[in-house]
Amino acid sequence: MNMEKILYTIIVHSENFAGMLNQVTAVFTRQQLNIESLNVSASSIKGVHKYTITAWSDEPTIKKVVKQIAKKIDVIQAHYFTDVDIYSHEVALYKVSTPVFTAKPEASAVMRKYNAKIVEVNSVFSIVEKDGSSEDVISLYDELKALNAVLQFVRSGRVAITTDCFERVNEFLEFREARHRESLAKLEN
Amino acid sequence: MRSLEYHGVKTIFGYPGGTIMPVYDALYDWNEKINHILVRHEQGAIHAAQGFARVSGEVGVCLVTSGPGATNGITGIADAMMDSTPVIMIAGQVGSQFLGSDAFQEVDLVGITQPISKWSYQIRRAEDVAWAVARAYYIAKSGRPGPVVLDFAKNAQIQKADYEPMKLDFIRSYVSVPETDPDSIHKAADLINQAKRPLVLVGQGVELGGAQQELRTFLETAQMPAASTLLGLSVMPSDYPLNKGMLGMHGNLGPNINTNKCDVLISVGMRFDDRVTSNLATYAKQAKVIHFDIDPAEINKNIDVDVAVLGDCKQTLAQVTKLLKKNHHQEWIDSFKQYEKMENEKVIEPELHPSSKIMTMGEVVHAVSEATHHKAVLVTDVGQNQMIGAHYFKFSEQRSIVTSGGLGTMGFGLPAAIGASFARPDSVVCALVGDGGLQMTIQELGTVMEQKVPIKIILLNNNFLGNVRQWQDMFFGHRYSFTNMMNPDYEKIAEGYGIPSKRVLTREELKVAIDEMLATDGPYLLEACVEEEENVLPMIPPGASVDQMLLEFKKD
Repeated sequence: MNMEKILYTIIVHSENFAGMLNQVTAVFTRQQLNIESLNVSASSIKGVHKYTITAWSDEPTIKKVVKQIAKKIDVIQAHYFTDVDIYSHEVALYKVSTPVFTAKPEASAVMRKYNAKIVEVNSVFSIVEKDGSSEDVISLYDELKALNAVLQFVRSGRVAITTDCFERVNEFLEFREARHRESLAKLEN
Repeated sequence: MRSLEYHGVKTIFGYPGGTIMPVYDALYDWNEKINHILVRHEQGAIHAAQGFARVSGEVGVCLVTSGPGATNGITGIADAMMDSTPVIMIAGQVGSQFLGSDAFQEVDLVGITQPISKWSYQIRRAEDVAWAVARAYYIAKSGRPGPVVLDFAKNAQIQKADYEPMKLDFIRSYVSVPETDPDSIHKAADLINQAKRPLVLVGQGVELGGAQQELRTFLETAQMPAASTLLGLSVMPSDYPLNKGMLGMHGNLGPNINTNKCDVLISVGMRFDDRVTSNLATYAKQAKVIHFDIDPAEINKNIDVDVAVLGDCKQTLAQVTKLLKKNHHQEWIDSFKQYEKMENEKVIEPELHPSSKIMTMGEVVHAVSEATHHKAVLVTDVGQNQMIGAHYFKFSEQRSIVTSGGLGTMGFGLPAAIGASFARPDSVVCALVGDGGLQMTIQELGTVMEQKVPIKIILLNNNFLGNVRQWQDMFFGHRYSFTNMMNPDYEKIAEGYGIPSKRVLTREELKVAIDEMLATDGPYLLEACVEEEENVLPMIPPGASVDQMLLEFKKD
């Protein structure tokens, strides 16, 4: 069974407890999956952290990964998405050589083409900032590399928002709280 | 202490040490309410807690110190995770001011145990104790049970906090029992109603869910044959007519072969472990599969299923049963007979009535089972003793098999039997062990001695690590690499611990010794010197299909 691997985006919401990141990443290790990118931050829900993880995988494997993550006690929900289900974005910084940059007239064209910002300039180096899709970020890198200008390069992890009309995590938490209230009310009666 | 008592803890297995001393000091005053059993090694404490939990259905608790105390307990945590056993290990930890400084007996216990426990938490403040213990209890016991580790920093043990009893039965991120889709109930019932050759696979989940009666009604309504996993052996009585035996590598012939002949395969509270399925590529490919489970992560994990019935099987089995038509599958049920006959002729008869003078393992186990009227709790170690126990010991009581299934922990038997005996003081508890496994935790004879734990230890001594030797014999060209073992004089060892014992070499002596063992008030060690190179059969060779069981193995 040789399934095609595609880049999945896994979004996990968990309680903000120590050691949660370990628990989430350990699931990937056990399934022998490399994490392509990882972003963890506070979510819009108080006390809840959001993990955006990308990994190349086939669907049966990614399903197992998501179930194993969701099984962790303090994980609220875990879901996987393909690129059509989400709007995603990332940021990259490129440190380029100022002398090389100024010597090459193509450099300005590249900057305009990608709508990239220059956020720092001195005689030795300049810093270019680009946000956008993964493809744009990589493509800009390739072009700057071709100009022999790149001194350093860094990409953020992907951040993503689902394009679904349902806010699953909020609804899940409301549902859980309602269930809990119901069972408490039953006990009191 | 108050938290533990509040949750109904009456028995704790433990071993003191530096960082857990404040708790032990408190225990000194709680002696009347909480019975602390001093073991001889922390691995013994956790296995005893497991044995206690398995037969009682309650949470087993063990108490150990930090560092080596905690790491010694880890095998049991992993074991409990694999076998869904509700235990809590409370381990001391260095004071929070020393955390991360490589302090004496400090180990990153939460880091170590997170992947092998249901929940692992470090208590750093006294005011968190009641909450953490309440949460630990709820998590260990609810849903699919499992082990919880509480890593208890010494400063939090010493600090004072206002104690408010706390019971917890809600964690917003944790759905202990998933919602059942009504559609899945209907689909399952439809498939079963149409089935010509249904086969039900019964796992420990039925016992954990207390759904033994629901299972029987389910089976009887549609007259479906069933087989159990190793851990599910005591769900149905051994002599129950629809019980067709055990599944898996060393299971019975009938259920294994018929797994690949049935048209609907219905699994309840079992997880299609590789020891059950053998080669997945040829496993039940002809059948529609229905899987009842409480853990969504088990669905489609090893085999793809047609209908998944999530939820508590006590409810879901009953819901499906309501929709079942009365049915009979007599011809199908009768199809097991030919395999039973074959197995009986080729394996069971020669095992129980061997031509040689030397005893087989099977006849020893059979004799003990008969003498206890099949009512004893059987705790096994791991290896040949375990498989022979599974075959020749018969069960009539619920929760009467305790064995290390998933992790396969040698050394589990003796301490788990101690725990089982504390949970069921009125039952006969038999610890069936081999000479290899017994020596892995033999120090617990000290606990047996001190507590006068009335367990009956049946040692099947073949002077070999029998299961590995069997594989070497069958699959490694008879090359016995480090499986032959020189054994101590077990009678002298038992004598040293003040435990009555007998070594038997013949079947005549065996009968007498079993009677003496069962008549003895308190512990007893029966050493049966058995055939050294017996191979446990039937067997599915590694990599083969469930319907390719060997009934015999001819030595060259």
